[in-house]
Amino acid sequence: MSTVNPLRDPRDRRIPRVAGPCVLVLFGVTGDLSRKKLMPAVYDLANRGLLPPGFSLVGFARRDWEHEDFAQVIHDAVKEHARTPFNDTVWQQLAEGIRFVPGEFADDAAFDRLAETVAQLDEERGTGGNYAFYLSVPPKFFPEVVAQLKRSGLSSPPEGPPGRRPWRRVVIEKPFGHDLASARQLNEIVNSVFGSDSVFRIDHYLGKETVQNILALRFANTMYEPIWNRSYVDHVQITMSEDIGIGGRAGYYDGIGAARDVIQNHLMQLLALTAMEEPVSFDAVSLRAEKEKVLSAVRLPEDLATGTARGQYAAGWQGGVEVPGYLEEDGIAPDSRTETYAALKLGVDTRRWAGVPFYLRTGKRLPRRMTEIALLFQRAPHLPFSATDTKELGQNAIVIRVQPDEGVTVRFGSKVPGSAMEVRDVNMDFAYGESFTENSPEAYERLLLDVLIGDPPLFPRHREVELSWEVLDPVEEFWAEHGKPDQYPAGSTGPASAEALMARDGRAWRRL
Amino acid sequence: MMIDLTDTSTGAINDALRQARLRLGGVASGMVLTLVIVTDEGAQYDAARAASAASRQHPCRILVVIIRRPKDRSRLDAEIRVGETSPGETVLLRMYGPLGQHADSVVAPLLLPDTPVVTWWPDIVPPIPAQDPMGALAQRRVTDAAAGDSPRDVLSKLAAGYQPGDTDLSWTRATAWRSLLAATLDQPSGEITGGAVGAEAGNPTADLIAAWLSLRLGVPVATEPTGGPGITEVRFTSAEGDIAICRPDGRVAHLSRPGQPERRVALHRRDTTELLEEELRRLDPDDVYADVLATFRHAAVAVP
Repeated sequence: MSTVNPLRDPRDRRIPRVAGPCVLVLFGVTGDLSRKKLMPAVYDLANRGLLPPGFSLVGFARRDWEHEDFAQVIHDAVKEHARTPFNDTVWQQLAEGIRFVPGEFADDAAFDRLAETVAQLDEERGTGGNYAFYLSVPPKFFPEVVAQLKRSGLSSPPEGPPGRRPWRRVVIEKPFGHDLASARQLNEIVNSVFGSDSVFRIDHYLGKETVQNILALRFANTMYEPIWNRSYVDHVQITMSEDIGIGGRAGYYDGIGAARDVIQNHLMQLLALTAMEEPVSFDAVSLRAEKEKVLSAVRLPEDLATGTARGQYAAGWQGGVEVPGYLEEDGIAPDSRTETYAALKLGVDTRRWAGVPFYLRTGKRLPRRMTEIALLFQRAPHLPFSATDTKELGQNAIVIRVQPDEGVTVRFGSKVPGSAMEVRDVNMDFAYGESFTENSPEAYERLLLDVLIGDPPLFPRHREVELSWEVLDPVEEFWAEHGKPDQYPAGSTGPASAEALMARDGRAWRRL
Repeated sequence: MMIDLTDTSTGAINDALRQARLRLGGVASGMVLTLVIVTDEGAQYDAARAASAASRQHPCRILVVIIRRPKDRSRLDAEIRVGETSPGETVLLRMYGPLGQHADSVVAPLLLPDTPVVTWWPDIVPPIPAQDPMGALAQRRVTDAAAGDSPRDVLSKLAAGYQPGDTDLSWTRATAWRSLLAATLDQPSGEITGGAVGAEAGNPTADLIAAWLSLRLGVPVATEPTGGPGITEVRFTSAEGDIAICRPDGRVAHLSRPGQPERRVALHRRDTTELLEEELRRLDPDDVYADVLATFRHAAVAVP
């Protein structure tokens, strides 16, 4: 902004941030993510009054659709999945700005039509030449789409006076490559056309309230930070477990596996937020600096055979339903060595964390869907009670529940009522759903709005992606050379090798 | 669960609340505030309903204070609702006789510990909210100037008695408009030299928006009577031409600015529940409201 808007006042907290005039161009409109998350998020933003007048949404896909057909698809997606109630006036306003351009990525003419369509929207609806391109397509199409955006002139905004030059942004989803080399290559492709400030990598975990709350919990309070270090913390467990199998994602999942799919992005980001030092401010630059610092201090165990574990779900019973094993899923080769469960023991070589292991695990077909960060504390150095009094006393813990039931649990020992001195673990619980709204914004709402406003703190930058791959690459190489994943029955808590990994350190995984 | 207590005491009400919670398995542990509603028998239903809907976003204990028959002997009746449609709990307190003059003595023991207190007068505006016994209990006091007969006089009175923590629903109603206006001026535009707000006559929200614009932009902003509903138009005059936002139907706003196509955006009027939800989100003093309200201190004289 070249001049300060006199109506904006930092003290005025009632006025929300609203995106400026713009068009969102969606590639990959037929995918699950588009229908279940993106389209509802756009509507929810509109319903909350956070989209600008004239906001327009353009879909591009290989479908023989008219604008109305696309609008109908969005309408159905919104009705089914939107978080806020359906309001006809809001929908009508949104629908007026919906366009569809049919075509293939190889088709020059289709991209020329896309360019005409957005230019026309600028004319008709005053979107001011500001475009965000959301690539909800597999990464193998990135080179083609990005090249087409460049060829058709869509990627470069026209010159304008300072502060009034329109913007062009591109949004990409994970996976950001499948190893360090491919991540770099992918980045080069995108960066050849869009400047690094215009690239928004979406890791939807970072849009979740609880994940942002890690920063509030740690840095807005005085109670936690003094014990958030090696003097008090025994170890940290970061878990993302899923109850589902691979479903229809065989083509994407096979050859990628749990570590690349989840640990490289979500769990490493959670680790970074948990372990990083306090940023000097909450702007994108300072936050990124601290995340990069801590990610660069992450160390793998010396012996990857004992410091990592992987598994593949076998047929079994999950949640009362008999389900097939991974190797029997449609589209999976019977000799596939792709892991559906991965566990890692990592160290963070900083003064704060030296000697404190971070255990990361993720898996499919586990008993339930759950993501959490648990800090387990050392036992009290001396207990002035008899051993039997404290038999049921475990380790104190702070658990940040990312999903479901977003919130924080503090576990500590408390006296059991009665004449004897018995101490047992109890929980103190904070649930977002109870203390705040039952409907906090979906992660995608927050992230989409940030893209349209151009606010980058919640988007990982390329360096963070590279640092995560630097941690994971040796593990993947080791796994590729040594045997294959252990089988674990669907519905169980993972392979025996993962339990052994913890048992060797005299610890155990938290119950799923 | 509903519990009726006749001729009761605050101790009995507290016991009943505790029992009800235990029987329902410890619900309502996460209540974030106590909302005291001062109203009468005629308006209590709508107010309690709106508050209880808002409590889905802000789980709270709702205390509805209804003063009845001042000449009767002193008596307290309570109607407790726990675990019905909202996560919080609602207690209707009917006070008869001289007890009505000491409502704060009934309310104080029923406030949730360790959480803020908000007092809301849906249909009466006390002379000085912060000095009202029910207002003195609260750190946030919510009035509604639009409920009175001459809203502008009410604004002047509220301005004269303002204390940090006061707020008014007619200011809350301005938020959607103010947000759109701020977003409009986020876009480059020429220097604003004047403006006008068009609304139904006697709309305090229009007065507040005009005052806010005039304060922030440093130019005169008039209010002009129109047929409504509510606020129908805000217009800025600038060297480059007029920027106008019109909302003739109370639902869709049309934004027009020089040299650009007209844009439309949904801008609906919000119900009491939505207003309360916004009001309960932040409980610290609203300094911007204080600045805007201060301009009404002598407004009663300034208006022809």
